[in-house]
This record gives sequence, structure tokens and C-alpha cells, in this order.
Amino acid sequence: MALLEVRGVVGGYGETDILNGVDLDADAGEIVVIVGANGAGKSTLMKAVAGLVRLRAGSVRLAGEEIANAPAESMVLRGLAYVPQERNVFPSLTVEENLAMGAYARPEKFRAGKERALALFPDLAAKLGQPAGKLSGGQRQMVAIARALMLEPRLIMLDEPTAGLSPKFCSVIFSRVQEIARAGIGVLMVEQNARPALAIADRGVVLAMGRNRATAPGPALLADPDIGRLFLGG
Amino acid sequence: MLGFVNFYLIPGLVLGAIYALSATGLSLVYGVMRFAHFAHGDLMALGAYVALAASTGLGISVWASIPFAAAATIPAALVADALFYARLRRSLPAVLLISSFGVALMLRALIYLFFGPTPVTFPRPIVPPLVFAGIRIQSRHVWIILGATLCALILHVILSRTRAGRAMRAMSDDPDLARITGVATEAVIRLTWMIAAVLVAVAGVFLGLDTQLQPVMGFNVLLASFAAAILGGIGRPWGAALGGLILGLVEECATYPLLDGAPVLQPTYKSAVAFVVLIATLLLRPQGLFRGMI
Repeated sequence: MALLEVRGVVGGYGETDILNGVDLDADAGEIVVIVGANGAGKSTLMKAVAGLVRLRAGSVRLAGEEIANAPAESMVLRGLAYVPQERNVFPSLTVEENLAMGAYARPEKFRAGKERALALFPDLAAKLGQPAGKLSGGQRQMVAIARALMLEPRLIMLDEPTAGLSPKFCSVIFSRVQEIARAGIGVLMVEQNARPALAIADRGVVLAMGRNRATAPGPALLADPDIGRLFLGG
Repeated sequence: MLGFVNFYLIPGLVLGAIYALSATGLSLVYGVMRFAHFAHGDLMALGAYVALAASTGLGISVWASIPFAAAATIPAALVADALFYARLRRSLPAVLLISSFGVALMLRALIYLFFGPTPVTFPRPIVPPLVFAGIRIQSRHVWIILGATLCALILHVILSRTRAGRAMRAMSDDPDLARITGVATEAVIRLTWMIAAVLVAVAGVFLGLDTQLQPVMGFNVLLASFAAAILGGIGRPWGAALGGLILGLVEECATYPLLDGAPVLQPTYKSAVAFVVLIATLLLRPQGLFRGMI
């Protein structure tokens, strides 16, 4: 049994279905990367797993427990953390308060969580008192990931963590993602920056039109000429 | 100069303190729920009238009747939310706004029903004003300014130092992100109503003490409260408090006889000041002083 098992999920916004039956597995300590064209349903899949988009059919199990359509506010205590693509921090709250929000459901774990966050992202130590909205994109992403890790989740979902970041920040984020996975946390990641992401992926999932197009170890997907031509820009 | 302080600056501060209390609640509600709550003024009138009933019925001072006012506005706000706003939470902001207009009319009708349309005043003993170095100030005005300051300080501590206050600010920043972090949004909404209802009850009693009570008293200051909230940056409680203070001062000082005994603005036009401030803010700095949410 995988940590996260998504089976045949169908759903979207209002009347339109964006997901038309997606399957996905992610294990503890594994990096799973979802790639696909714009509109393929990558972000919608993450939102659906996080409880922010309603599913009309299918099942989502986290460690065996059915969580499809469970309220979004219940996910953090089930061990599921989610970092949306944009608007991933509370801009008017300080960095420290953003971390505190990460431990909102278990305030007693704030202190230990903050120590771990600063060990993973030492740059944040000097920014704790600043409003998160004033940080650079890369620093905001660090705050967002640190916030999501506060309660030691079983699975962390990252939606395009390197979007708009400089190459230097991209490699920092990817190396932290590997560190997170080594700690035994499952990582489910959507990436436009598909090549470097697939290079570190234990499993790559290609989505097209809200369906699975291919699933294979990341490097194997990279080597597949069809996938390369269709989804990775040649 | 003393005349300016006594007849313009102090009344301006008092009116500003009342606007600040009212606008802070409006802004808080807008920030957390993202809708312009039109029943805010009538909630204010409800608070004032319940305080009147408590102080005359129980023979207590008006100040001691403030808890009774809050004890009426809190359930009124929570019931309105449960019956109307909660069902419309996912619809367009305009729908919520119109529904709050309906709630406003219901509250006002209740006030007419129980208290009648005639303006009344709080029972208050006649006390000579306090005099310091020529500055004359009514003791009730001192208490209004101090009371509003105390409310602002308490609200500041709640918003910046408590877990619930942080959740309110987080929700006002981004409701979905707040849910992801485990914030039970409906509970935060109820808390927001309670805080806004207390602020508006205090504002109503203060307004009644400063002037008189009439069923439309709150609706009359609603526009000024919105103007103050927008001036400060809608959704930003601190901005709303500052905006209220500025607006109160501008309204009173606008009638100062600066030009050879003729007032800058005829007193009859005083209520237009809020419109002017509102339009000027929207034209020149729509985000308000504190970078609001529009």
C-alpha cells in the first residue's frame, strides 16, 4: 500500500471536469513529479487531494485512510501539507507568524518545528520579523515550504516550487526537496521546470487532458523520445 | 486658538473616535469575509437602544450598560450570519451586501417597533466641563476618547498576540491558505462577528452619548464609517481606526471660521465631507493609507 493512493479521480470547478480519471501513487520518502502541458490538470489534482476542489468520483487514500472531499482544514492533522503555486505565504504576516500558522493546529509543536525550519533554510533566520510579502520569490518559497513542514507531514505537495526563481534558487529548492524526501516524507511535486525535476524524481507522472498519459521513473521518462517531444519541449 | 481646540478639535477627536470604532469593525468583517456589511450601522443603533433600556430599566450608568449593549449586538450578528450570510458565503460579494441591507432594515424595524421613532437621549447628569488652561472638555468626551483608545489597544493585542487573532489576519490574507493550515474558518468568522459586534455596540453607546439616540443614528454614520475604512485601506483594522480619526477631525474642522468669521464649509454641508474623502481616496489612492484589499 502506497502512502498516497489516488484512484480514478474526476472533478473540477463548477460544471466542468478538469480531472477525468487520474491514478497516482506516492510512497514515503519518494519524490513524485507531475508534468504536463498547461491545462492538463496538474494543479487541480493537487487542490483536489488537498480538499480545495470537489471530486465527483474516485478515491484518495492517505496511509490507507479515505480523504477524498474531506475538509481542507482537516488535512494538516492527517499529515498532508500543501504549498500552492502562487499565494503560498500570508503576505501581511511576518515570517515567524507564517511559521506559527504552519503549527496552527498543534501550537505546542511550534518551537521544534521552527528549529527544523531554520536548519533547513538558515537564510530565514535573519528574516523572521519581516512581513512575508516583502520577501523575494525564492525566500517566499522557502517560507512556504518551511510552513508546510512545521507539523512533520507524511506527504508534502509542492505546486511549481521553482516557478519564476533564478537558477541558483531552483537548485537550492531541488536539493532541499531531496533532503525532505530523505527524511522519509513523501513529496508530490508539479513542475514546469520538468527536466531537472524529473532528474531527481523516483516516479514521473505525465498528465494530459486530465488523464494519465505515462508513469515511469523520472529518468526513464526523460529518456523517452515521445514524452520529450510532446511534453518537455523537445 | 482655544476656541478652535474647544469647539473643533475636541469634538473632532470625539467623532473620530466613534468613527474609528465603527470603521474598525467594518474593516475587520470585510477583511475576514470580504463583504461590505451594510447592517453595521443598524447594529450600532441596536446596541445604543439596548444600553438605553438597560440604563433606564436597571438604573445603572450608561457606561455600565455597555456590556448589555454588546450582549444584544453579539447574538444579533451571529444570528444574522447563521440565518443569512452563511448560506450566501460562496455567492458574489454583491449578493451578501444586498442581504446585509435586508438585515439592516429588519434591525431598524425592530428598533422602531420597540423604541419608537422619536429621538431620545441617555439619562445623564448635568456636569460642568473639565477645564485645563482654558481647554474645556466634557467628562463624557474624555471617557469616549479613552474608551475608544482602550478598545483599539485590546483589539491590537488580540490581532497581533493571540492565536485566534493571527488566524483572523491569516484568513484576511488568504482564506484558502488559511484552511490548508488547519484554520476552522467558520469559527474564525464567528469570532470576527463577536469582536465587530462589541466594537459597534461601544460605538453606538458613544454616539448616543455624544448626540442622541434615533433609529437611523447608525445608518447616518454608516457612510462615514465606510469612507474611514476605505481611507485606511479596507480590510486593515489599524488603517480604519486612523481613517476614522482623520475623518472625524476633518468633518469638524471643515466648519472652522478660518476666513474672516465665515466657516470654511457651511455646517449643513458637513455630512458631504465623508463623500469628498471617499471620492478623493478612490481617485488618488484606492488602496487607502494602509494598502487595503481593493
